[in-house]
Amino acid sequence: MGLLNKQDNPFESSNIIITGADTLLNWARLSSLWMMGFGLACCAIEMMAASASHYDIGRFGVIPRPSPRQSDIMLISGTVTLKMATRTKLLYEQMPDPKYIISMGSCSNCGGPYWEHGYHVLKGVDRVIPVDVYVPGCPPRPEALLEGLIKVQEKVRKQSLAKTAV
Amino acid sequence: MTNTEIYDKLKAAFGEKIGEWHEQSGGEYMKRMSSYADITDTSYIRDVCLYLRDEAELEFDSLLLLSSVDNGDKTLSVTYHLESKSKKHFIALKVTVPIDNAIVPSITDVWSHANWQEREAWDMMGIKFLNHPDMRRILLDEDWVGHPLRKDYKHPEFYRGMKVPY
Ligand code: SF4
Repeated sequence: MGLLNKQDNPFESSNIIITGADTLLNWARLSSLWMMGFGLACCAIEMMAASASHYDIGRFGVIPRPSPRQSDIMLISGTVTLKMATRTKLLYEQMPDPKYIISMGSCSNCGGPYWEHGYHVLKGVDRVIPVDVYVPGCPPRPEALLEGLIKVQEKVRKQSLAKTAV
Repeated sequence: MTNTEIYDKLKAAFGEKIGEWHEQSGGEYMKRMSSYADITDTSYIRDVCLYLRDEAELEFDSLLLLSSVDNGDKTLSVTYHLESKSKKHFIALKVTVPIDNAIVPSITDVWSHANWQEREAWDMMGIKFLNHPDMRRILLDEDWVGHPLRKDYKHPEFYRGMKVPY
């Protein structure tokens, strides 16, 4: 705004911020990680608790979106059945880059309680899509989920247009 | 009516087709809900159900539950829990079929909510219901091989390219 209002001599007042393009873009992206609004099993209940007023995931800029086309982050909140795995993969492919995945709960980390006898459960969502952050627990508490989200934000903060992410 | 009275009435109407009465031990509730009558001739199950529904004194207007069991001795069973909301009485019936020829007449035209429950029994246990209007799998995908709740079921190694075992 400072530049536009004072076109004759923009540097006359102190109303200017100088920053790196990476820092600005990363800050913008990490403060508005819109998430895909879907839940798979009991973990989704904790995800909903995290979105409700008590834990208020909205203060991190996370808004549930009903479409993968508008989402930056996907929370795999629960048991990924083989039937759902094909759909999850499709949803992941529909999300625009850059995209991040949080695997929430033992089920989507490694199969959870279904690791041995769950003929219908995918033993870890990372068998079909790449995962950025794993949140352990059955189910993880909302605090743990928020911690996972902060980890994703840290990852975004370190990314660069020029270099690939650390 | 108590369920033994209903059983006696059935026995009088169908004679040999109705097998033994299996009285469950336990409290009054267990006795009422879990005692069951065998139907020796499987092909009669629909007629028995029609009789139970239409007889003025019995008036079974609701199928509470249709469930299936693998008995482990190469036979499968289907249990019908019936309730009369108007007369407030219950009865349970059981039919047993060999595992390699598991065919039971459908009762979808007696109580239409048997539809999905029979599909579930087909999906999980592989019991075919004769004259069912829509005998497809209900939970698993159409291309699934086998019926997972059978005791001799082997978990698949791969499903649509996804590794299944842990
Ligand atoms: S990890 Fe536990 S709480 Fe979460 S979906 Fe699996 S069984 Fe449910």
